Amino acid sequence: MAVSKEFLKEEREQSWRVDIRGLMKNKERTALERIHMGEVDPKERILSNIEVNKGLTQEEALGEARRCLDCPDPTCITGCPVEINIPKFIKRIEKGEFLEAAKVLKETSALPAVCGRVCPQEKQCESKCFYTVKLKKEPVAIGYLERFAADYERETNQMSVPEVAKSNGIKVAVIGSGPAGLTFAGDMAKQGYDVTVFEALHEIGGVLKYGIPEFRLPNNIVDVEIDILRKMGVKFENNFIVGRTATIEDLKEEGFEGFFTASGAGLPRFMNIPGENYIGVLSSNEYLTRINLMHAASPDTDTPILSGKNVAVIGGGNTAMDSVRTAKRLGADRAMIIYRRSMEEMPARVEEIKHAQEEGIEFMTLTNPVEYFADEKGKVSRMRVQKMELGEPDASGRRRPVPMEGSEYDIDVDTVVVSVGVSPNPLIPNSLPQLETTRWGTIVVDEEKLQSSIPEMFAGGDIVRGGATVILAMGDGRNAAAAMHQYLQEKHNS
Amino acid sequence: MNKIVEKEFFSENVVRLEIEAPRIAKARRAGHFVIVKVGEKGERIPLTIASANPEKGTITLVVQRVGVSSRRLADLNVGDEVTDLVGPLGQATHIENFGTVLACGGGVGVAPLLPIVEALKKAGNKVVTVIAARTKDLIILEDQIREYSDELIITTDDGSYGEKGLVTEAMEKVLQREKVDLSVVIGPAIMMKFASLTTKKYEVPTYASLNTIMVDGTGMCGACRITVGGKTKFVCVDGPEFDAHQVDFDEMLLRLNGYKEIEKEAEQNYLHSKDKQ
Repeated sequence: MAVSKEFLKEEREQSWRVDIRGLMKNKERTALERIHMGEVDPKERILSNIEVNKGLTQEEALGEARRCLDCPDPTCITGCPVEINIPKFIKRIEKGEFLEAAKVLKETSALPAVCGRVCPQEKQCESKCFYTVKLKKEPVAIGYLERFAADYERETNQMSVPEVAKSNGIKVAVIGSGPAGLTFAGDMAKQGYDVTVFEALHEIGGVLKYGIPEFRLPNNIVDVEIDILRKMGVKFENNFIVGRTATIEDLKEEGFEGFFTASGAGLPRFMNIPGENYIGVLSSNEYLTRINLMHAASPDTDTPILSGKNVAVIGGGNTAMDSVRTAKRLGADRAMIIYRRSMEEMPARVEEIKHAQEEGIEFMTLTNPVEYFADEKGKVSRMRVQKMELGEPDASGRRRPVPMEGSEYDIDVDTVVVSVGVSPNPLIPNSLPQLETTRWGTIVVDEEKLQSSIPEMFAGGDIVRGGATVILAMGDGRNAAAAMHQYLQEKHNS
Repeated sequence: MNKIVEKEFFSENVVRLEIEAPRIAKARRAGHFVIVKVGEKGERIPLTIASANPEKGTITLVVQRVGVSSRRLADLNVGDEVTDLVGPLGQATHIENFGTVLACGGGVGVAPLLPIVEALKKAGNKVVTVIAARTKDLIILEDQIREYSDELIITTDDGSYGEKGLVTEAMEKVLQREKVDLSVVIGPAIMMKFASLTTKKYEVPTYASLNTIMVDGTGMCGACRITVGGKTKFVCVDGPEFDAHQVDFDEMLLRLNGYKEIEKEAEQNYLHSKDKQ
């Protein structure tokens, strides 16, 4: 659902926007330096779960907002999967109307405070910023400003609830309460649908809760955004597994007419090397779920956690960074990233890698585990790794790591976190034999409409993509909502 | 939600809870399990559904006090609500008329065995059931099991009830006596290991229902993984029932003890805090 250029142009010509643009010359604006986000000192932050990025002060936000040129052709918006009207919200900030800025965000995004924290803006909107593309300068800090507006609204207790259309009485079900599901729910509620979100776990929020650690995305921020959806009339049912607790057929009988499956990439992958089932070797999903969802590190919870002094995390993605930085905070002396390619190919966000390095994480690149060894109780005590070198590019375009013969050596470890990717959760596809899936287990959908082989079922996020980012999942939620709206309206009007 | 409507002590540490869960009661089949969490700060633990009453909208769980989480659940009373209950999970038991089935339950494993015995009997099988426990007080669900068994053999380690001896000895007698087409074993991991070795000698296909450590129970974490026929499997989504002759029980036994020391300490703390109340 692309926003029309005419609409953006019209908005840009509103007198307040014209006035703001007139306050400074473009030359003056481009002469300003990009703001640096304040961070908690690494030595201090590894002692707790305190959020690393401090956010911008009002003055910093005003200063950064002045950098934005309010371009006639705002290419930044094309880099945003949920098409936030970026210049409009930034100019609201420049005008000092922070609450209005937050409202602009909420026109198209159900989770601005989340996106302002975890979106890879450097690959999305900021990569399409005029500064990046044409001036070869550092882009406007769109992500920081997004976070600022959303935080200002929340911290001053002035949260606005987006307007919702009059109820149309049509019931739709959302399967999974992660970023795709929540976005979809928000968009459908705005259009007057009766939306119920079904969540398998006891907490609402999906990967935002069980996956992303507190020091990157505090849970209470997710809860506040979920609360807004509740105020918009979205219903949430936790402890409910569609396909199990009730089937799609059951829900149809209960009046649900549309389904959006966003059940995530649940199944962790292992490497299938000897010793991988020893105690102390666990998936990043298990490690992070114990800590983030079950709060296992807190002494007053029942869920136990094994987190030792020598922790090796296998992998180079954001989840690997989240795991290794968590290990450091749980008191590891050595917290190591073991990655089979080089720093250059590492898929984690640059910011996460930088933060990890500041926190004393060891990066052992071009290194791959080949075997684990255990003590007499079956607890992992040592791992054997092999050095790698980069060969020809593979299907992903990255140079393929090739083992170096005879380069094996051993590292003492007492915890190993395997973070080498996830496969789609099979629960929904398994309960619907007529649903078309790929051989990797992802749901097959029409690329634009996100409609599956079952016409009333749409799908998005990792169950379709196999493992992507929060913002791409949200983009799917938004596109699926638009397509389902059209589908259901056609059905009801015919 | 999830209100406890009936509670019955089978023995000092084994409790039967009937819990309101209309959707699960309707959807569940033999072999399915649920994840239960008691209290906001509770742990998620898997428990196999012992029986269900779809008309009444209830499911029955049998809980043995073995750690903090099972104690918290067993300490709930009629009228209390279970904070979180989700399911039914896992693959249902494959039921058909196999011929003669030898069903074996050890300790509290008799509870999840009951719906399987019932379903096998209703499918036309001749069902010979062995239930075993350390001592008489720990024999549970005897009458219910008897109702769906053509023959019921009870053994206790100390001879206080039924035959004195181990479950494997009773199994051997049946296996020597007649042709058995399938065996199903549910109980402590060590019992399943030896029961499986016993049926292997007689080349009788055997299923074991495994109860490993889980967190989410939906395939997300892999805490429950085991090795079956040399391949890693997740008990929560691939199981909980597996070809017992292929299961690496030694690895499973080690993994079950992964958190033993932390659990023991937590249990002591829990008991201590209860004393103070």
